Amino acid sequence: MLLSKNISMFIKKYHKNISKKCIRFISGNIEEWKSTIGLEIHAQISTKSKLFSGAPTNFNNPINSCVSLFDCAIPGTMPVLNKKCVEAGVLTALALSCEVNAVSMFERKHYFYSDLPAGFQITQQKKPLAIGGKIKFNVFKTGVHKQPYSKSSKIKQIQLEQDSGKSLHNEGVGRSLIDLNRAGIPLMELVFEPDLTNGEEAAALVKELCFILQLLGTCSCKMEEGALRVDANVSISKSNAPLGIRTELKNISSLSAINHAIDYEIKRQISILQKGGEVINETRAWDPLSKKTVLMREKEEKHDYRFMPEPNLPPLHLYVNRNVQNTYNLIDVPSLKEQLPELPEQIRQNLLKSLTPDTLAAITSDLEWYLLFCDIIKNGKHREPQLVAKIFISEILSLLDKYNLDFTFCISNQKYIEELIDLIQAEIINQPTFKKLLSELLNKPNKMPKQIVEENNWFIISDEKELEMICLEILKTNPNLVKQYKAGRKKVFKKFLHKTFLLTEQRADMAKTSKIMTRLLS
Amino acid sequence: MENMNKLLTASIKEVSQKINAGDVRSSDITKAAIKVTSIIKPLNAYITITNETAKKHAESSDSRQKDCSLLGKLDGIPIAIKDNYCTRSHPTTCASKMLSSFIPTYDATVYQNLKNVGAVLIGKTNLDEFAMGSGTIDSYYGPTKNLWNSDVFKKFYSCNSQAKEYVQQNTDAHSWHIAGGSSGGSAVAVATGSCYAAIGSDTGGSTRNPASYCGLVGLKPTYGLVSRYGLIPLVNSMDVPGILTRNIDDAVLILNNVAGPDRFDSTCFQKKYIPFDIPDTIDISNFRIGIPKEYKEKNLSPEVQECWDEVSQYLREGGASLSTVSLPHTNYSIMCYTVLNRCDVASNFACYDGMEYGHRSDEWNSVHNLYRKTRSEGFGKIVKERILVGNYFLLEENYEEYYVKAMKIRRLISDDFNTVWNNNIDLLLTPTTLTGAPKYNDFISMDNQAQCSVQDYCTQPANMAGIPAVNVPIKLSKNGLPLSLQLMGPPLKEKELLTVAKWIEQRVQFPKIELKDLSLLE
Repeated sequence: MLLSKNISMFIKKYHKNISKKCIRFISGNIEEWKSTIGLEIHAQISTKSKLFSGAPTNFNNPINSCVSLFDCAIPGTMPVLNKKCVEAGVLTALALSCEVNAVSMFERKHYFYSDLPAGFQITQQKKPLAIGGKIKFNVFKTGVHKQPYSKSSKIKQIQLEQDSGKSLHNEGVGRSLIDLNRAGIPLMELVFEPDLTNGEEAAALVKELCFILQLLGTCSCKMEEGALRVDANVSISKSNAPLGIRTELKNISSLSAINHAIDYEIKRQISILQKGGEVINETRAWDPLSKKTVLMREKEEKHDYRFMPEPNLPPLHLYVNRNVQNTYNLIDVPSLKEQLPELPEQIRQNLLKSLTPDTLAAITSDLEWYLLFCDIIKNGKHREPQLVAKIFISEILSLLDKYNLDFTFCISNQKYIEELIDLIQAEIINQPTFKKLLSELLNKPNKMPKQIVEENNWFIISDEKELEMICLEILKTNPNLVKQYKAGRKKVFKKFLHKTFLLTEQRADMAKTSKIMTRLLS
Repeated sequence: MENMNKLLTASIKEVSQKINAGDVRSSDITKAAIKVTSIIKPLNAYITITNETAKKHAESSDSRQKDCSLLGKLDGIPIAIKDNYCTRSHPTTCASKMLSSFIPTYDATVYQNLKNVGAVLIGKTNLDEFAMGSGTIDSYYGPTKNLWNSDVFKKFYSCNSQAKEYVQQNTDAHSWHIAGGSSGGSAVAVATGSCYAAIGSDTGGSTRNPASYCGLVGLKPTYGLVSRYGLIPLVNSMDVPGILTRNIDDAVLILNNVAGPDRFDSTCFQKKYIPFDIPDTIDISNFRIGIPKEYKEKNLSPEVQECWDEVSQYLREGGASLSTVSLPHTNYSIMCYTVLNRCDVASNFACYDGMEYGHRSDEWNSVHNLYRKTRSEGFGKIVKERILVGNYFLLEENYEEYYVKAMKIRRLISDDFNTVWNNNIDLLLTPTTLTGAPKYNDFISMDNQAQCSVQDYCTQPANMAGIPAVNVPIKLSKNGLPLSLQLMGPPLKEKELLTVAKWIEQRVQFPKIELKDLSLLE
């Protein structure tokens, strides 16, 4: 009954305006080419303090105000591992079905850069926190896929590491300025196997990862703040041939950019290969203005990071085996596993009983929406999930879109929305009244919907006798239309309905009206 | 203050009693100690004399004495700290141009601990640049000279032994004796009576070596027993804060006040440290002492060998059982150390880029040019060589061949000791250095690498294994120079180690030096 045309608006959000602007490279047959994508994702761990120091991690603090002595590599200072970061890493690893290593090691990765005060980054490589996981996600593109399809990617490893600072280059003055607030912020690097084939899948993976990380509370996933950054390795090969030379797309910072940067890069590489050229192993960046990937670094000699063990940190021991005693009070992996919330796969499995697949895909594509949805259902067990979900996906989302409102609008008006849902579910109001009442929110009403309905007499008219009388009245006053209809111009039927709608001050139950009108006209 | 000259070279216990009783004020002792620093200026033991701070510390000690609220035996006692420990508001140079302008904003834990119990900081002592050496000759601030056989000694000091008058055969300006290193400044500071104890650091013997040449007790505690936080690192997995004193009881007192867990150093033992005392009457009949045959190095001087034999005989007479043991991998220790040292140096020194602190070249072309110029101006030749070689060892293609191999050898060296301890050996008695203090011009006829490989031969393995070791001065050589021996023990067996050391101390009665009664000190 409700506006199903808007159903995939959620998913469409990040496709906006893009496909039409993409340059077409290829004229020939794409089928013979196979694209392979592997992602490396840096997720900032949501903790109050940094990975190895007590400095705060707040994004909005003034420049260079969250820098401990260790963060600026003052000689003699030493790293002290933040337990919360390890727990967040372990939770994430468990949620992604990784094997958590009982012993992991920190290493130094050396390179000179002005926003890396120590001259090395403390990371994990040879013996990371966790290995061998998997993420399952749904891919769904409006107009391309009728139904979401399921896809999965293997996770090679999850490692803990420090973020670097930021260099701000002022070309005009020829100076670079350094902000070390970000230096030492905890990161989880998730290295995925090259299991994807296009930008759409990559974006869907990232979206699902965000859902999981937000659900766990281990990362805010605010890509606009750099809390989640994606590198993508893209290569093209002929079907059944070994992987081609890859390019690396660095620091892609939005879902739409992931999608389009990768698709652009696939097309660019195919176009080079079709002309008989060679793809060069290089690092490229996505320029959202020109909608192109641009060269960041020429192919350089392989950088030797001169890895060595971090000598100031003992190996990280975790408690993984319940059969032995946790004598040293190590971080307890089995009990963290018990603390895991219901994960998306399970959530979807449960919701599939009450939601259609497309509604399900839409409502579980964003954690905030999903949680609000759950809350509304929880607050009123009588509420039909499918109806609630659809109202969200279509009505509420379009309102937010239209007036450029953000999600907090829903939270602050949750009670009002709940009552509104109840009114329409109980068929006390019709859909146009619903819309009217929803828009009323913009005027910051001090009344609840039910009261507004009562005061204005906006109740639905669904009494069949009453409706039949109204219909008869319409037919009587419009003999010409009746004549046209009987002569076969069925299109005028809509006019009858519209007139009924107006006559009842938009309160008629239109489904019933339509039935009655059909009967009367036959 | 006629006794002041005697008091300056007395034991801490004695002075502490006098302070406690109100016989002498800390500020008087401190004033005298500062005067000594000026008469020993030609020896160049100090980089910075912190007289203002010393005055302040001493005055607060005075007032605590008046209030009967002294903080313990170290309250009011002048001490010195090697200039590679961070001291808030005092320059911490590491004897390098690179840090010549560096004034830390924090205190190293070792210094903090000493300050907490009322110790008075006299100054920051000289060292080889970044502690890379064993002579205290490679300092940006010039070499430190040994007190023994120096003009300063002749002029201001007397010795209670049947002092064979040393005849200077060579009047060459470079024929003075080195103090040993790299904590040579700390050693000379203590030997001259300008302070009662000094903190050194010991990575390959840097505390024990100058202790041996200067006739002092030089204790290298078990790795992890004393916090490294604030000690500017050389080789993180071997660096240990060292203690230089004129007798064993003083060393115990200092150890009791600096040892223990530190939340800023993750490589520290987390177990609470239990302070100990060593009685004056010692029974050594239960001790089983090993004499490792590999320490009879071909360059071992007959005089040191004689010393070794004598003391072995004393121990036997005292009831201890002595046996010859083998530490078969001793020979590889220096080479192994060379590799691991260079690797850590390459890594630890990457932070000196002139961005956040330290020397910064006036170069605005590019960041990398700035680094290049800053680092070539700021570091001395030996530091640069080690950085270069370390980076070579850490290259991906060399890593297995050098770093990994060296780590394996390190394990073998460490296992050598474990085997000995498992065979019911309590302690090992060895030379500390192969000779008495060399003359400067003989010493510099070797390059740094050769110097270290001779100097560190007997001391280095203890750092590899992380075990405690102490230098005990035994007697004067024919030339009037101190000759010393080393005791090594199993991890955390400081008490046993120092018990036997004290027994030896009592038995050999190493000559005591005293300041002549000088008007200078009045």
